[in-house]
Amino acid sequence: MMANTPNTATAAPVQENRKIRRFGMVINLDNCTGCGSCMMTCAVENNCAPAKEKITDRTGITLMRVFPVNDRQPMPVRQAGFVPMPCMQCEDPPCELVCPQQAVELDPLSGIVDQMPQRCFGCRYCMAACPYHARYFNWYDPEWPKGMEQTLNPAVAPRMRGVVEKCDFCHGRLHLAEDQAAIDGNDDYTYTPACVEACPTQAIVFGDLNDEDSEVSQLAKDPNSFRFLAKLGTEPKVYYYSEHEWRRNLAERDMNGNASRNEGKEA
Amino acid sequence: MTGTITKPAAIATVEKKWIVRGHERCSTARFMGWLAPWIGLLLLGLYATYLCFRYGLGETHLDNRFGFGLWIFLDLAVIALGAGAFFSGFLLYILKWKEIKAVINSAVVLGFLCYSGAVAVLAVDVGQPLRAWFTFWHPNTHSMLTEVTFCITVYLVVLTIEYLPIILKNRKFKSIPSFLVFEWELHKLMPVFAGVGVFLSFFHQGSLGGLFGVMRGRPFAFREGFSIWPTTFFLFVLSAAAVGPSFIILTTKLVEKITGKRLVKQDIYRVLAKTTGVLLTVYVALKSLDTLLWLNSTSIRAGVAPWEFYEFRPFGHATLFTEIVIFGMIPALLLLSRRLRERPGVITLGAVLACLGVVFNRFVMTIQTLALPTLSFDEFMIYLPNWVEYAVFGGVIAYAVIVYSLSYRYLNLFPQEMELQLAPKEVNDVSVR
Repeated sequence: MMANTPNTATAAPVQENRKIRRFGMVINLDNCTGCGSCMMTCAVENNCAPAKEKITDRTGITLMRVFPVNDRQPMPVRQAGFVPMPCMQCEDPPCELVCPQQAVELDPLSGIVDQMPQRCFGCRYCMAACPYHARYFNWYDPEWPKGMEQTLNPAVAPRMRGVVEKCDFCHGRLHLAEDQAAIDGNDDYTYTPACVEACPTQAIVFGDLNDEDSEVSQLAKDPNSFRFLAKLGTEPKVYYYSEHEWRRNLAERDMNGNASRNEGKEA
Repeated sequence: MTGTITKPAAIATVEKKWIVRGHERCSTARFMGWLAPWIGLLLLGLYATYLCFRYGLGETHLDNRFGFGLWIFLDLAVIALGAGAFFSGFLLYILKWKEIKAVINSAVVLGFLCYSGAVAVLAVDVGQPLRAWFTFWHPNTHSMLTEVTFCITVYLVVLTIEYLPIILKNRKFKSIPSFLVFEWELHKLMPVFAGVGVFLSFFHQGSLGGLFGVMRGRPFAFREGFSIWPTTFFLFVLSAAAVGPSFIILTTKLVEKITGKRLVKQDIYRVLAKTTGVLLTVYVALKSLDTLLWLNSTSIRAGVAPWEFYEFRPFGHATLFTEIVIFGMIPALLLLSRRLRERPGVITLGAVLACLGVVFNRFVMTIQTLALPTLSFDEFMIYLPNWVEYAVFGGVIAYAVIVYSLSYRYLNLFPQEMELQLAPKEVNDVSVR
């Protein structure tokens, strides 16, 4: 009756003879120029519909989002930078805990927090629970101007109105890699999400954090690497890297009461 | 032409036969005049609902940061106020406080309206309402919202069952023997339903608090607790139980004011006021303790200096003071004092403040939680609902007023009404619990 329920219990037998990965990212904030290529590529790759006229920066869908930040010093000594924010793919996701109908699932094989739009009924509790604001709601029907539907990516299903969506590390690409691995009979595969591929300064490194030798794994352990809001205990798998202290200090809120370090709107 | 003149008179004659024997009610035309603006508001609400269903929730001012807005806040408030139904059921059927019988019918109708209204708003609020049943099919047993959904659905059924005998006691329905038998059988089972209702209510009022308390990602709302239940679970149960009786006081007084009749004896108000006073005192004490724990421990461990939350205007320290002192401590003390309870004006004031307190608490938990930044470079955000959101909720208020008005006109909501009508001066103020 509930055979199609993709919970961890049913997925467990598959795990036994398959490699368990923990896909993650390290984003080098010193390399990020805020160009927005990752945002653009992400939207195209994941079939995000063009924004309607009414849509604002608070109702649009930007599964990858670049925030401008600065060190709150007066000009001209002020230093500025950018923080690209996809879903943090938390190891202990607060969104998965709250979803009433299991539309969110931490995939035990990839470590990716999956979102099932077909299951979601749009209560938006997960959005309230996510401290990274990485979840987006489809406030309108997705529509593509005539001819533009030709640009749709056949590997990714567009989402309907009234459901929540988020970055899932390009699951379309992951599925293609998994399919190829199954054909080849080789479980030793990896893949590259669209934002990683698009970044002109190679600021994003992606890979399996379980693989000790991988670049991502090495970088994640670097003393200059950090995670946002680590004290909340959500265990994000997206790390950030910077050799500048002020950027590393962005990780947690300023306990001395300096409210916000975002000068303006998001990029 | 003759037909158009005689028709209203004929309708009025027939309509009068539905009114409880011995109850004085206004003329049919006057009643229709009272209903007309509410029907107008209901139609406006239905139009706003149509806009949301046709074009999507982009028609509202909700956004990705304020996924919960006016609707969820008011739903929580209305469900807390509607707790009067379960708590008076608890007092009457479980603790056997016979005085409560004077208001139990009205409380059940109010409870039914609060819960059905809240469910109606939720149906507009969620993006894909036709998938609401998924929660029953693929329930995530770790989610507080699953518990809320299960309990509210079942409790709404219980409230409907509790409402049914009140409807079946209508003068016309009573003339059908099978209805009478059914009503009698239901009546015998009522303590069981009331017990089930109390159990379900305790749990979902708590789960509604749990909704916010479990959000680890929101240090402003997150609370530690016992086992799987954060402290907000217990605080929500207690606050709802505390203000439920106050809401019954206010609605009964409002109906008395509008109809110009005395519907219950003064001592009922005192009993209800004392109940609120005692429970609210316990609530304020525990809420203060919880706030201190959160300020000094929970929030700091989550990496946030708690006083920072109060640096974002309009949510200053005054918010906390208003919630705990003005809307908590003051009504608690007003209603706790036996001397002050002798004055009907004090009871009204205390009940108003207590109800405002629970509404304000639900506002803080919903709106302030989402407005506050989490990341170091986040902005504090403002959200103002638009007319569609107000209209949908206005429609639900109108629905509640219409159904309550019909219930008051044709059903016996206040069993003491007739007694007070016959002897308006003598029968009064017998005992004070």
